[in-house]
Amino acid sequence: MAILLSVPVLGITLVLQTAIAGRIHLLSGTFDLILLVLAAWALQEQVKAAWVWAVLGGLMVGIVSGLPWYVSLFGYLVVVGVGRLLTRRVWQAPLLAMFSITFMGSLIMGTLSLMILRFFGDPLPMGESYSLVILPSILLNLLASIPVFWIVRDMARRLYPAAVEA
Amino acid sequence: MKKISPRTLQTAIIVLVAVGVVVLALGGYFQTASSWFGGLIVDSQTWISNRYLAMVDFLTFPRDLASLRQRNAELEAEVARLQTQIIELEQQVTETEILSALVDFARANPENTYKAATVIGRDPSPFLNYVIINIGANDGILPGMPVVTQQGLVGQVDAVVGEAARVIMINDPASAVNVRLQKANTEAMLVGSLTGDLSLDMISQDAIIEPGDVILTSGLGGGYPPNILVGQVVSVRKLDYELFQQASVQPVVNFSQVQFVLVITNFKPVDIKPLLPTR
Repeated sequence: MAILLSVPVLGITLVLQTAIAGRIHLLSGTFDLILLVLAAWALQEQVKAAWVWAVLGGLMVGIVSGLPWYVSLFGYLVVVGVGRLLTRRVWQAPLLAMFSITFMGSLIMGTLSLMILRFFGDPLPMGESYSLVILPSILLNLLASIPVFWIVRDMARRLYPAAVEA
Repeated sequence: MKKISPRTLQTAIIVLVAVGVVVLALGGYFQTASSWFGGLIVDSQTWISNRYLAMVDFLTFPRDLASLRQRNAELEAEVARLQTQIIELEQQVTETEILSALVDFARANPENTYKAATVIGRDPSPFLNYVIINIGANDGILPGMPVVTQQGLVGQVDAVVGEAARVIMINDPASAVNVRLQKANTEAMLVGSLTGDLSLDMISQDAIIEPGDVILTSGLGGGYPPNILVGQVVSVRKLDYELFQQASVQPVVNFSQVQFVLVITNFKPVDIKPLLPTR
């Protein structure tokens, strides 16, 4: 069920990302709603299909984006991996974990995109890339992380009611 | 002599007084008194009538308030509906104006054939200045086709699927367009940047360029058709120890506000990479 649900949820998120969130800029940074949804989903203890969601989200973004497809795939897998690690071993405070994974995930995705684009010859200066794109994107993602987390947590609780009661 | 009874006397006096009053009234002697009396009656009735009506208003006021509130709610709903309609109509007017301008542009440039498209999204990556349009391979769109608005050059189709296409805009960091400075009649290369600003590079040191010079596509390299408006020179940077001059550019297209575009469908880009020297 959770795997089936990933298609409409990530599809709608991707539409919102490209149609709305992608047009909202802080300097040159933008939201990454897919990253936030995947991070929040990975932080739900009862969720078992987080890796499938990461693969699907990465492929969806890879198809739409001008970035090489494996950048988003690899980046989102790393984000989900960090999320599962935080959920199982480190913190029980979900919001703190969400902030942490949002910060790290945005940094990882931004740095990975920057490195790959530079590798393929795009003239992207490192300093400007961090100050104008990556850091503003981190700030925007941190702002959006709380509402996204609540929505995804509510969705997970509806999907796994038995696990919540236990 | 028969004694008159008191009752008969009383009746006779009353009759005489009454007859006397009638005679005096008919004679006009009671005019002032009747006027005063009539005025008193009318005033009294007016006062009573007003008080009665006021009391009726007071007693029926709550019912009127409820109906007024209902009417007010109906009117507010009507105003909201009309305001929504106004916004929709304004949006339609704006879109019509843009489409009309695009049609004018297409008529003014009959050498090309165009397909109109709507911008439906932007690339998820903040590093890339790409837009997604709502026509694709099913509409005959191919990678490499130039994309313009009525103002000027937007970019080039980068990738295509059945119903959509991705367009790389000329302000993307990876974009490079061969252009011509109209006044100086010299070639240059237009490059994008991370912030979306445009700049000119590879301008010969001998060329005399000034702010305000118009920039057009040159057609060199086969990537774009010639003579599409790109922008104007804003400032020039010329250093004696550098090989080329540089300039910053004000584009004619507002890339963050692009809603509708035209894809030039009869232009086939030339891939000159096999012709480039390998060493």
